Amino acid sequence: MPMPTPFDRVLIANRGEIAVRVIRSCRALGLSTVAVYSDADREALHVRLAGQALHLGAAPAAESYLRGDRIIEAALTSGAQAIHPGYGFLSENAAFARAVQAAGLIFIGPDPESIAAMGDKSAAKVRMLRAGVPCIPGYQGDDQSDSLLLAQAQEHGFPVMIKAAAGGGGRGMRLVRDPEHFQRALASARSEAANAFGDGRVLLEKALVGARHVEIQVFGDRLGHLVHLGERDCSIQRRNQKIVEEAPSPAVDTELRARMGAAAVAAARAVDYVGAGTIEFMLTGTGEFYFLEMNTRLQVEHAVTEMLFDLDLVEWQLRIARGEPLPLTQSELDARRHGYAIEVRLCSEDPAAEFQPQTGGVLAWAPAIGPDMRVDHGLTEGQPIGPHYDSLQAKLIARGATREDARRTLLAMLGDTLLLGVPTNQHFLAEIIASDEFASGDFSTDFIGRQLAAPAGGPTPASPLHGALVAVLLHHLDTRALHTATGLCADLLGWQSTPATPGRMRLNCGESALACAIETRGAGAFVVTVDNGTGTGSFAIRIIALERNRLEAIVDGNRRVAHFARDADQLWLRHAGVTSAWRDRSYQPAGERDRTVEGRLRAPMDGRIIAVHCAAGAVVRKGQVLVVLEAMKMQFQLVAPSDGQVETVACAPGQQVKARHVLAEIRA
Amino acid sequence: MTALDSTIDTASPDFARNRAEMLACLAEVRSVEEKLRETEGEKAAQFRKRGQLLPRERVALMLDRGSPFLEICALAGYRQHDDKDGSLAGGNVIAGIGYVRGVRCMLNASNSAIKGGTLTPWGMRKILRMQEIALAQKLPMVSMIESGGANLNYQAEVFIEGGRVFANQAALSAAGIPQITVVHGSSTAGGAYMPGLSDYVVMVRNQAKVFLAGPPLLKAATGEIANEEDLGGAEMHARIAGTAEFIAEDDADGIRIAREIVASLDWNRAVPPPATGVAEPLFAADELCGVVPVHYSLPYDCREVIARIVDGSEFLDFKSEYDTQTICGRARIHGLAVGIVANNGPITVHGAAKAGQFLQLCDQADIALIFLMNTTGFMVGTEAEQGGMVKHGSKLIQAVANVRVPRITVVIGASFGAGNYGMCGRGFGPDFIFAWPNARTAVMGGEQAAKVMDIVGRERFARTGTAPSPQEEAQLVAMSAGIVAQFDRESHPLAATARLFDDGLIDPRDTRRVLGYTLSICREARARTLKGNSFGVARF
Repeated sequence: MPMPTPFDRVLIANRGEIAVRVIRSCRALGLSTVAVYSDADREALHVRLAGQALHLGAAPAAESYLRGDRIIEAALTSGAQAIHPGYGFLSENAAFARAVQAAGLIFIGPDPESIAAMGDKSAAKVRMLRAGVPCIPGYQGDDQSDSLLLAQAQEHGFPVMIKAAAGGGGRGMRLVRDPEHFQRALASARSEAANAFGDGRVLLEKALVGARHVEIQVFGDRLGHLVHLGERDCSIQRRNQKIVEEAPSPAVDTELRARMGAAAVAAARAVDYVGAGTIEFMLTGTGEFYFLEMNTRLQVEHAVTEMLFDLDLVEWQLRIARGEPLPLTQSELDARRHGYAIEVRLCSEDPAAEFQPQTGGVLAWAPAIGPDMRVDHGLTEGQPIGPHYDSLQAKLIARGATREDARRTLLAMLGDTLLLGVPTNQHFLAEIIASDEFASGDFSTDFIGRQLAAPAGGPTPASPLHGALVAVLLHHLDTRALHTATGLCADLLGWQSTPATPGRMRLNCGESALACAIETRGAGAFVVTVDNGTGTGSFAIRIIALERNRLEAIVDGNRRVAHFARDADQLWLRHAGVTSAWRDRSYQPAGERDRTVEGRLRAPMDGRIIAVHCAAGAVVRKGQVLVVLEAMKMQFQLVAPSDGQVETVACAPGQQVKARHVLAEIRA
Repeated sequence: MTALDSTIDTASPDFARNRAEMLACLAEVRSVEEKLRETEGEKAAQFRKRGQLLPRERVALMLDRGSPFLEICALAGYRQHDDKDGSLAGGNVIAGIGYVRGVRCMLNASNSAIKGGTLTPWGMRKILRMQEIALAQKLPMVSMIESGGANLNYQAEVFIEGGRVFANQAALSAAGIPQITVVHGSSTAGGAYMPGLSDYVVMVRNQAKVFLAGPPLLKAATGEIANEEDLGGAEMHARIAGTAEFIAEDDADGIRIAREIVASLDWNRAVPPPATGVAEPLFAADELCGVVPVHYSLPYDCREVIARIVDGSEFLDFKSEYDTQTICGRARIHGLAVGIVANNGPITVHGAAKAGQFLQLCDQADIALIFLMNTTGFMVGTEAEQGGMVKHGSKLIQAVANVRVPRITVVIGASFGAGNYGMCGRGFGPDFIFAWPNARTAVMGGEQAAKVMDIVGRERFARTGTAPSPQEEAQLVAMSAGIVAQFDRESHPLAATARLFDDGLIDPRDTRRVLGYTLSICREARARTLKGNSFGVARF
């Protein structure tokens, strides 16, 4: 084991909020920082904040943030002596860690052997069983034949979880409820795993229904000390990825914490763990816990733990990488923990469309600010949000003396935070945090599945009031543009010499279409009638103030504030906790159909084709998977919109496609 | 410049009475406008069913959001021909000046919600006036056509003179003023030449019908049996005949295309920079209704009006000591320099000379003229006649007719006799002329005319030395009353605007806006060099 050497310059091999986060801790320790970036991140916040920044390559991660060779080269060029991998990308890549060390640099994380030991989920499970750590019953053998896997699944009983042996982060993971769906799920898990980790092997685990996801933060130093910092409850997940994390867990008491902590430390010790790591467990309703996997890196949700201990865990990573001992002992830590913290992940995704990642741009960004509030992000206004990286845009973390205090503060943060220009899960998160079930603390990993079944998120409601505000904003902004362009005297704007005819506007918000009639009643005052198809509403709206992204208006006697941003074809509005994107369709033919119903299969977003399962002439059934698209590190199965015959296939594996590109045409 | 002061007490009973009376006059005009819109609204369901917009909705959609819209001759033909009760005013045409994609345009929409948009004699004259303005002010003409053609009840009145509409279209094209026409519905027979003579034609699919003879007439004429789409549908014109450059899916789409055509003209290349730092008048425009007595017989100082119209209420009073009945002076409106001529009474010998000189000075300095007309005419009497009233009046009329600067007239009260000429009435071809709802326009006042006729009648008895019998006396009285009634009716602002004596009746409180807007239109026109040609652009 090479002895650590001191370093004063750190290269952060990551992007987004975690890169920003690491840069901050480095600075606090007086270390200079080096950022790396892809074509897509030239103007990104982490690039601006770092002492220097080096270009890696094109936007796709495979050509930039996954290019270990270029990252090491960048470190050598820039004079960095250590590399912090963040999370994701190369953070759990043993080969990269080895290459970093081989280049004479320090890898801020565990030793490559530890990563490798835990990286192979099957081998890790065997090792854990040997170390006496409880594991979920399942299959983690080398025989990967379909028939054996199916037999194993049947032996342990459905539902069963298929997991990528090499993976983590929910990728390559499939829950299979019955044998009929096993083959398809297996194939797609394998392909996703192969894509994400370069290793298509899978393991099987009996799915624990109604269990919670509880993980233990551990830390080890090079002197052989290992401590745990208690648990985080990450039971609220979508697509097997966490979106709400909290500590302490409502289901863990001091005694259980001590037992789980001891098991986690034992697990870490079994792989000679150094640095920050997390042991993930499934915790059943009856208090049994099973080892799931170990993440050999800093977690996204580490901030929850930091809030409980008033600690900077990145600082700990850096100190341990310098060879220093752990700053605190287990008993010191146990004495230090206090209060509650909850984190939500603000993601550019559409909860109403199976959480599909969304692209766009940051037109307005104003995180909530206040005591007991923390927002970690890498956003700057004006930056695009492309299809290449994870949809996580910001983490909102709230702290409180009680869980309820933290919950209320977080709810306020979700209300106050403004992100316009890309669809997000903000409203969905607010509904989760506001729900009685979440408030009760009594829930498990099937929370979101059940919430969605009882449509909680649902499509963004196109309320008449919101439509009226949008109509007023469009009218006002266009009027202002006319004023600027023509230099017309202000008293002529909106003036007509004879009784005016209300301006008709047709607005689209998601699937809903609104017809508005807007009448000017003096400068900045309007009466808007809105018909949203189910009813009409009329609003008297007077603009009080309109600056940058903020509209203040009197609506039917009530003072209201809305935030907005406009790009080339959409107006984004946030009002009363709901963000919606609106298109002005006033000049579009009324009968124009939505093209998705034409029997054309279109790319839902920018991405890369990874599989094409049909050929021209093939007869397909509605719902049959025709094309698999990878975008934002996720696989989207694009299914036939109807029964029919494939007329043309206009894409091929490996091809990069843009959103709305026609991939195939099906004649019904 | 010195700011005008106001001596008006806005709390006085006179002010309140003036205001109430003026608002009543305005309400009468507005009620006609509203009635027209109601009549149009009755057709809403029918238009919706066809997937169409009402004509006024087309205009609203064509206009930029927040654009001003100065309607032109809104009540043309009021109570004329088929319009028995005023509910069909406007000549079945909607006209006005507004912005389309940032370009100031003349908008012309068939009012197909009224009698299918058939052309009445006054509607035809309104179109001629629109074309006249478009030509003089170099405004692209954007038309939204859906018309059943000429109203056959009055074919004799529209047939020959209506040819001028087409001649003007050719002239506009030749002058370098683009005409963009969206055909929203029928435009047949002679009407087919409206799109035919336009430079850009957009036709709405399944709605536009442009042919010389429809199926019935065709069958009658030649025996051929054909359907409307083959004879003149949008697709036929776009694909085969080539009459249409663009095909639209519906009204909104057609309007979108027309807007894009306007945007593509790059028409604002040579627009002069807008005036900046414009000061509002010191006195509120809203007070105008209370400042002015509705009846022309009650005198007031027209500077009270000027103070509520011009920038900062600043007015350079020209030769104020020389004549006190005709007021002349320089000011700015919306930052644009103007010379104002206004009346405090009849035009005297001195007044005519003063105004004539002032007009020439404005012409010399190339400053636009505003006439605020409120005069019972030129001064009469031995003194005036011997002082050369006819001679000096003629000088003024010559100057009014021949100045080369923009002239904009607002009839704010009386417009009687030669006063109408001396203050640039319609006959003198002002660039624009509008009237307040209290305006009175006639060869002379009704009472005056009645008195003249009464005197003439009685003189007949005097010559024969007889006295009128009680019956004859009653006839004389009835004749007087009849003349007063006739003059009242004919000099009424609605009657005047019906006959296109003006370009429209305006709210007195909008006067500054109307003047500022039309001044900038004139200014822009004079700054623009058109690229004309000899024959107009031919569609090949």
